Amino acid sequence: MTEDELEQAFYRRIENEEKIEPKDWMPEGYRQNLIRQISQHAHSEVIGMQPEGNWITRAPSLRRKAILLAKVQDEGGHGLYLYSTAETLGISRAEMIEALQSCKAKYASIFNYPAQTWADVGAIGWLVDGAAIVNQVSLQRTSYGPYSRSMIRICKEESFHQRQGYELMLTLCRGTEEQKAMAQDALNRFYWPALMMFGPHDSESAHSAKSMQWKIKRESNDDLRQKFIDQTVPQIEFLGLEHPDKDIRWNEERGHYDHGEIDWDEFYRVISGNGPCNRQRIQHHIRVHEEGAWVRDAMSAYQQKKRQRAQAA
Amino acid sequence: MIKEHLDLYEVFIRGKRGLDHKHVGSLHAEDPEQALEYARDIYTRRGEGVSIWVVRSRDITASQEDDSEAFYDPSNDKPYRLATYYRLPDEVNNM
Repeated sequence: MTEDELEQAFYRRIENEEKIEPKDWMPEGYRQNLIRQISQHAHSEVIGMQPEGNWITRAPSLRRKAILLAKVQDEGGHGLYLYSTAETLGISRAEMIEALQSCKAKYASIFNYPAQTWADVGAIGWLVDGAAIVNQVSLQRTSYGPYSRSMIRICKEESFHQRQGYELMLTLCRGTEEQKAMAQDALNRFYWPALMMFGPHDSESAHSAKSMQWKIKRESNDDLRQKFIDQTVPQIEFLGLEHPDKDIRWNEERGHYDHGEIDWDEFYRVISGNGPCNRQRIQHHIRVHEEGAWVRDAMSAYQQKKRQRAQAA
Repeated sequence: MIKEHLDLYEVFIRGKRGLDHKHVGSLHAEDPEQALEYARDIYTRRGEGVSIWVVRSRDITASQEDDSEAFYDPSNDKPYRLATYYRLPDEVNNM
């Protein structure tokens, strides 16, 4: 088949809602767009282990500690699924890690905020994982087969992440005045950054139009954000907390909540490297990567020794 | 005599775009290309599937059911990894 025919076949598949699989012909732009999005998603899972990991040793009970440990472990596993998915597109794991560590690749800017109190662990599970799930449920229908399959698996495993976070918040809100105030403070700090996770407005989003056309993304940033805003209002009410957005109002006509404007200056400041923890997150990743080098070296030396022994025998 | 010792290959078929390849059976062949052709002849006579994988059986490393205690026991007492472990009131139970 000629290049033109291959391209036509590709677009026919997209049109017919068929998945694209690794060995299929695909336009270079589609491949690059996927590599960018999937590796960014993988980096987010891995960097996302840091703010919560910070609380594992200080969890208030063994039950909470075990839950948090299991959740952070899941994030590491999800990073691995996603790196492997990106590798089916012809990029190596080492190239992706290098892009992260040299700040060429981005990750969800929410993880540049610190987890300052125990209530933040609850707010992260409830709001940050909640927002991620809204996005990931939509991505189960993405056009690239391996990405779609990893999203299905991840959504299934992650269903407990949001619930444990909300349960933690509920426990605090039914506790002492101080505990409830701590929950309110965590909600106030994480609500807006969670809304920013859906990315800029559709009109401002650099990659959105092409991604929608290729069906890599299935719903727009603003539509997904609205879905999250709508589902969160009754959850805040049930906790008995104050909504951080003073402009939140039900709009009967639209069938959605109207809401206040996001501080986009803050969004661009954090995503371009100047959030509260950007440098710390990358430095930590580099340090752990370097400190683990001896393990990788030892494993490869052992493999070599085994091979040599097998040859000699 | 050599024919008695052909390699065994495992065959996996992707039933439809978007689905995983699924194990369907095995066969003997001289090399991977031949295994692929045989797999087509043997396992897809009714148009099953859109893609075939063949893997030399001896290249597969597998855990055994006898090992399952050592493999899976550590996760048996961790119900908090499941969403159903968290009881939430009806008003907010749809998350």
